[in-house]
Amino acid sequence: MSQTNPLIWFGLTLGGILLVVIWVLLSLAFLLLADRKIWAGVQMRKGPNVVGPFGLLQSFADFGKFVLKEIVIPAGADKAIFLLAPLISLVLGFIGWAVVPFAPGWVVSNLNVGILYLLAMSSLGVYGIIMGGWASNSKYPFLGALRSAAQMVSYEVSIGLIIITVILLAGSMNLSTIVENQSGWIWNWNVFGGGGLKNIILLPVMVIAMGMFYISALAETNRPPFDLPEAESELVAGYQVEYSSTPYLLFMVAEYSNIVLMCAMISVLFFGGWNLGLPIDLVAMWGWWGKLALALVFYAKIVFWFFMFAMAKAIVPRYRYDQLMRLGWKVFLPMSLVLVALVAGWRVFSPVAG
Amino acid sequence: MALQAIAFYLLAFVTIAAGLLVVSAKNPVHSVLFLITAFFSAAGLFVLLGAEFLAMLLIVVYVGAVAVLFLFVVMMLDIDFEALRDGFAQYLPIGGLVAGVLTIEMIMVAVSVATNGKASANALPNASPGGFSNTEALGRVLYTDYVFFFQAAGLVLLVAMIGAIVLTLRHKPGVKRQDIGKQIARTPKTGMELVQIKPGEGISE
Repeated sequence: MSQTNPLIWFGLTLGGILLVVIWVLLSLAFLLLADRKIWAGVQMRKGPNVVGPFGLLQSFADFGKFVLKEIVIPAGADKAIFLLAPLISLVLGFIGWAVVPFAPGWVVSNLNVGILYLLAMSSLGVYGIIMGGWASNSKYPFLGALRSAAQMVSYEVSIGLIIITVILLAGSMNLSTIVENQSGWIWNWNVFGGGGLKNIILLPVMVIAMGMFYISALAETNRPPFDLPEAESELVAGYQVEYSSTPYLLFMVAEYSNIVLMCAMISVLFFGGWNLGLPIDLVAMWGWWGKLALALVFYAKIVFWFFMFAMAKAIVPRYRYDQLMRLGWKVFLPMSLVLVALVAGWRVFSPVAG
Repeated sequence: MALQAIAFYLLAFVTIAAGLLVVSAKNPVHSVLFLITAFFSAAGLFVLLGAEFLAMLLIVVYVGAVAVLFLFVVMMLDIDFEALRDGFAQYLPIGGLVAGVLTIEMIMVAVSVATNGKASANALPNASPGGFSNTEALGRVLYTDYVFFFQAAGLVLLVAMIGAIVLTLRHKPGVKRQDIGKQIARTPKTGMELVQIKPGEGISE
């Protein structure tokens, strides 16, 4: 999108943003249903199956219900911040999608520091929660917000360090470049060490890094088994206790948008993004349709990782809070430091450097 | 360029307004939130200058970590607003004096740097010196010319961290802690004892 006329550039960018937001919102509607269906399947229930065929329209029915209800604001609440918190959450949940490359050239903003941008936006996500918890002026939301803040700040550290291993492999912080580096055969993907068979010795390192990133992503998005900020057996619903109607909906949409963004991040960083894993250049063969096909490959990877998130929610019991902190600071932090040292060492001293 | 000018004036206005509100807001939590807004708009100004790496670092480090802890502490404090406002008039003259001196100094430094300093040679800051992106350029300078200062700064932070841990870490006797190694090392032999109880006698220790 290298338009010289600022107005045309502005219009094109705005169109791109709209397209991505609509795509994410529509995906969320069905992924939310998939989440509930998978959860139900594991527990041998049917899940939502009344609204529409197989319950496909359930999310839209829920949406209507949320929007039509009354917004209740507690008497002692800080009104402005109380309503601002879900808005901030929503904006931060969607703003990260700006740098995600869906197919060659299909990205709203091809930032040079795309990966850092994603990290920055996910680290801002904590504000929506902490503001909501504090503004509610009630004990349980505040406790939930404090837990969440500590948890998210802790796990960002290990996420940041794991991202460094990928940056070292790709030699770039631009997400499109990172994905292009993983084109060709499947062993060029970063999870196999990146850069072809000569780096295959990094396979165990990167598989561990990928696993740790997945677990940290669960913690960062407050998903079970790390959903302590909203642990219903201890805190009712955590920071969301006082929220109802549309503000609650915004919190939930933001949460799921963040989850899907994390799934996209795992796909981009470790599993080749839009790449098929075969040395076929679909764009050269089919042109625009090839790009669409690659975007669908990327989407399939996102859905696969969302399935993994849903399975973790269904089958893993919730952590205790001190164990969560122990895992973050005493296990993941040292381990990710070692991984960074290993990858950096291989990049500098390997006999097949490159 | 018109879009950039609009973005600049918007961000600059928000930064200054938020900065003013930090000191004038009645509720300290609101102050911290305005401080975060100021940080965030400053990051936006960095982006406009082409220094995207610094902008992201500002957000990750200051907004994402430091300000969260700040907010944490301020939210936990039980502050008496009346007492705070009583002190305001008392400290206004000396505070105003310090602020005034600082402002004058900053204006003088900025003016002399802009007119006589090295920066006056190139009116626009060079975001990508030598054709590198500014992330690469920063890395090339930090890890070559300034590597000792860089490492020394890291060591200072490490010492500060260890100091904080030493000051706060204490092991109270009698507190039960989870030792995962111990838990895993437990076997049926060490974990339980089989006792044959004779009828009518009970267990004797």
